Amino acid sequence: MEILSLKGEEFEKEVLSQKGKVLVDFYADWCGPCRMMTPIIEEVAEELKDELKVFKVNVDNNQELAIKYDVMSIPTIILFENGEVRKTYIGVTDKNELINGIK
Amino acid sequence: MIYDVIIIGAGPAGVSASLYTKRGNLSTLIIYSDESSLEKAKKIENYYGFENGINGKDLYNVGIKQAKNIGVDTKKEEVLNVLVGNEGFRVITDKDEYNTKAVIFSTGNKKNKPNIKGIDKFEGRGISYCAICDGFFYKDKNVVVIGNGKYAISETNDLINIARHITILTNGKQAPEFRAENVDINTEEIEEINGEKKVEEIILKNHKKIETDGIFIAQGVAGSTEFAKKLGIITKQDKIVVNKKMETNVKGIYACGDCTGGLFQVSKAVYEGTIAGLQVINYIREKYTKGE
Ligand SMILES: Cc1cc2nc3c(=O)[nH]c(=O)nc-3n(C[C@H](O)[C@H](O)[C@H](O)COP(=O)(O)OP(=O)(O)OC[C@H]3O[C@@H](n4cnc5c(N)ncnc54)[C@H](O)[C@@H]3O)c2cc1C
Repeated sequence: MEILSLKGEEFEKEVLSQKGKVLVDFYADWCGPCRMMTPIIEEVAEELKDELKVFKVNVDNNQELAIKYDVMSIPTIILFENGEVRKTYIGVTDKNELINGIK
Repeated sequence: MIYDVIIIGAGPAGVSASLYTKRGNLSTLIIYSDESSLEKAKKIENYYGFENGINGKDLYNVGIKQAKNIGVDTKKEEVLNVLVGNEGFRVITDKDEYNTKAVIFSTGNKKNKPNIKGIDKFEGRGISYCAICDGFFYKDKNVVVIGNGKYAISETNDLINIARHITILTNGKQAPEFRAENVDINTEEIEEINGEKKVEEIILKNHKKIETDGIFIAQGVAGSTEFAKKLGIITKQDKIVVNKKMETNVKGIYACGDCTGGLFQVSKAVYEGTIAGLQVINYIREKYTKGE
């Protein structure tokens, strides 16, 4: 499942104003480990498509968002619930760990 | 040239893997430099085939000779970095750089993470294990690199054109031979790392403070944990996660022996090396010979 990369102004609508859970993968194109995270995030999105929205944020183009959410290492995956940060995963994270953490 | 497989580590796991990959006609290079656990074992008495036991160091050296005898290339160099290349991977050592289609990690059981108060709390909040991945977040900022060896220098070099100023903190160890305009070296021991939400300062044992925006951990000789972070390999409690085929989550990268956790025994390292070697043969055959 292809994941949409959000631009700064879309973040408010797609993540912060959402009721329910949203998973956001902070990444950059030059980041090697981030490429390993992509297929895992895609699988999570597919498996939990009924209960969760999933987006990506490119930190190169959205530095304010990275700063706002204290992203200092990528990939960082943040789980939002009703617009609030609920969990943060730093570094490439196993699919099952993510799924168990989201449920 | 590009190797079919580079094996990092020449202990029982790495050497066993090489015996299979070489026999399977793969061009094979083993790179090793740091100590093997075996060298510390006075006498191994529970491994098959030695009626009076064998000294660990002797077993280690014989293993390396055995690999050389069947034509495995070996280099005694320190691996500083492993990166994804255009085709396969690039392995960077203190002396050279090598290209390979597949990598086997057999770097043993290492505990590089310094035991400093605050380190776990700030992981990902100013504490980083990968300069090339996280340097971006420290543009024009002040950072600290903890370490004193070649690996610490290599990480410093990856930050030198990004950060405003770098302090290499040796934490009580000898200062490395290294000079650069925006780099200081400090040999004081570290008491703790402080900050509110993220890293803000390091308190030294002499009660002095170093204000910093980020800390890069690069102590000792890099092991599988450090390389895993750079490549995006999943780890659990600092051990590489593998499946029954010794595959990591990164295609073309395998791990075996003590670096995958579980039983720290020669027999287990040999077994996992065997599997990794055989699996790499399949991987290379399927990926590179089909349809050619
Ligand atoms: C004191 C002691 C006693 C032991 N007694 C026994 C026993 O009686 N029986 C038993 O079965 N097991 C024993 N063990 C455990 C056994 O030694 C290990 O399980 C075994 O050596 C693991 O093999 P390995 O190939 O995974 O790693 P190691 O043998 O530790 O080899 C690691 C290799 O990686 C290389 N390396 C690491 N980092 C780098 C780098 N950055 N660049 C280049 N090269 C690198 C090193 O040079 C080395 O060649 C003992 C261990 C110790 C410490």
